[in-house]
Amino acid sequence: MSDRKPFRWHIVVFLAPAVLVYTAIMIIPLFATLNLSLFTTVDRVSQFNGLGNFRTLFGDPRWSASFWNALGNNTWFFIVHMLVQNPIGILLAAILSNPRLRGAAFYRTAIFIPTILSFVVVGFVWKLMLSPIWGVAPDLLNAVGLKSLFAPWLGKEEYALTTLALISVWQFVGIPMMLIYAALLSIPDEVIEAAEMDGITGASQFWKIKLPLILPSIGIISILTFVGNFNAFDLIYSAQGALAGPNFATDILGTFLYRTFFGFQLQLGDQNMGAAIATAMFFIILIGVCIYLFAIQTRLRRYQF
Amino acid sequence: MTKTKLIGALLASTFLAGAAHAEDVTLTIESWRNDDVLIWQDTIIPAFEAQNPGIKVVFAPTAPAEYNAVLNSKLDAGSAGDLVTCRPFDASLELYKKGNLADLTGLAAMANFSPVAKSAWQTDDGSATFCVPMASVIHGFIYNKDAFDALGIAVPTTRDDFFAALDKIKADGTYIPMAMGTNDQWEAATMGYNNIGPNYWKGEEGRLALIAGTQKLTDADWVAPFTELAKWKDYLGDGFEAQTYPDSQNLFTLGRAAIYPAGSWEIAGFNKQATFKMGAFPPPVQAAGDTCYISDHTDIALGMNAKSAHPEETKKFLEWVGSPEFAKMYANALPGFFSLNSTPVEMEDPLAQEFVSWRGKCQSSIRSTYQILSRGTPNLENETWNASANVIKGTETPEAAAARLQDGLASWYAPQKAK
Repeated sequence: MSDRKPFRWHIVVFLAPAVLVYTAIMIIPLFATLNLSLFTTVDRVSQFNGLGNFRTLFGDPRWSASFWNALGNNTWFFIVHMLVQNPIGILLAAILSNPRLRGAAFYRTAIFIPTILSFVVVGFVWKLMLSPIWGVAPDLLNAVGLKSLFAPWLGKEEYALTTLALISVWQFVGIPMMLIYAALLSIPDEVIEAAEMDGITGASQFWKIKLPLILPSIGIISILTFVGNFNAFDLIYSAQGALAGPNFATDILGTFLYRTFFGFQLQLGDQNMGAAIATAMFFIILIGVCIYLFAIQTRLRRYQF
Repeated sequence: MTKTKLIGALLASTFLAGAAHAEDVTLTIESWRNDDVLIWQDTIIPAFEAQNPGIKVVFAPTAPAEYNAVLNSKLDAGSAGDLVTCRPFDASLELYKKGNLADLTGLAAMANFSPVAKSAWQTDDGSATFCVPMASVIHGFIYNKDAFDALGIAVPTTRDDFFAALDKIKADGTYIPMAMGTNDQWEAATMGYNNIGPNYWKGEEGRLALIAGTQKLTDADWVAPFTELAKWKDYLGDGFEAQTYPDSQNLFTLGRAAIYPAGSWEIAGFNKQATFKMGAFPPPVQAAGDTCYISDHTDIALGMNAKSAHPEETKKFLEWVGSPEFAKMYANALPGFFSLNSTPVEMEDPLAQEFVSWRGKCQSSIRSTYQILSRGTPNLENETWNASANVIKGTETPEAAAARLQDGLASWYAPQKAK
């Protein structure tokens, strides 16, 4: 009996605040949402409906068309970020980490500032700049003789989503830039010097030495982008409203969820269907993160210095 | 000891003060119209209190976006005011069905309102009315009188005149013929489809037939407004696809556009902003002399909390709200929100007078999608926004848009199910 260690209460005590807060504001609402998605409301009485809401969401032609449209748009939103935001972020970080660049601190700050702006500000300012009536975009294009290239991008089905994705890229390009910049700075000078001794300099130094060393950071950025994009809502809502016009061309899962859960105009809110969409979003993100964790991150090689 | 005595004295004085005021009953009004606080406090309530000593009225509005949620929780908790401002149709009907709103069918003032005026606050069969109608908004077109005079255009009464006028403005090039965008979508449906539509579907006749299931959205009368909307495309400004509602308002009030498809709620704002003379005309008809139909949409009413502690006094107030005297006061304080009272109301604002004069020569109807038909999923009103915007942009044909709306409605609304 006497050799048994006393129970280590301090562990419980130290964990408690985080666990309690996290449980109260994350875990319980999450399970409440999952639970809500299994019910349906008939004549103001809540009834258990099993997976019925999901059968409606994926089986009913209208619901499923809206859902797949939102998921497809969301995927394109993510692809634009992966193809534009992250490469530009890496490029900017590589340029900024060049010790000969003057005014690096200014550029770093200037590029990062949009990240701290409110979505409402970003959405409104860009909407105004691109406005065919008062915007600067048509005038600027006119000044260089390219007026013919101007179109009311946010109002055209074929351009609206890409335009919004690029606005979001503009806003958030500072995040990958800062993370990669930090990773590049943490590469020890000895590694760089050794490369130079072997005659690897300039661009080939970046591709052969630095890029492999920052791959884990790129992985983290990709997963942050994935989670951020599939939870996105604010920019679309502030620029295009809850109906995500034109003709649902910019409808992503977040706006679809909002319209369903809270209702819109004459449409009364349907919390159960809304919860079903939220649950679907949760599983989409969960699957994406799992694929990354088990299939990609375990294969990334890490270097210890 | 002294302390206890002091508290005792204070308590006693409170009771005495309470007793002295006991004959005064205070009624509280729940509302979302926080823009109108001053009008209620300074004009409307003092007028009522002067005639009804012993009743005090307090106007207690909440923010418009929060009103429904706040009201519901107050009603559930039993802390809601005696008088409840009613949204039209399903939101209020739901409150009545839950027993939160009292049945006011027996109110004498109800005789002052037409069946259309009351339809927004009645049970589906029309057997019970639970709110006293206050105001409606009328649709039509507001135009820049200076522009019309400069170009020598007469106010159009027929559709041919209307499009001839638009062509003339376009050919001249000084003004954008019509200020409307499709970015926010609702203008296309509310100021487009539901503005010009009643002339085609003959107002109430068509609207009620649609609810009864004897007409379909794919019938010629319901497709025709879309066909007309499709023609609007050529008269809108450059890049109208990305033009928002405030953009359109500004284009018109800055004098850059000649015609604005409008709702009468714009009157107060336009009067303040525009520096030119304005006029208004109802949606043009097919041939001169045809009966015209207007959308005279019931928007706001006042009901009684079923659990009110002072039902007699509350009813007294509601009788007064239903009186011509209240109608006159309200309509003049808020030009563009027209009284639903059958007694004609004298208004000072010329633009508001013009709008309301159409009630005399045209048949009134309400927006076709509001009663009953937007109860299910897909929601007909929201779908109509999308369809109208698509038709104006030319990305969907009028026939395809109408067929899509009909399919959506038939999928949940029994009287419209395929027969």
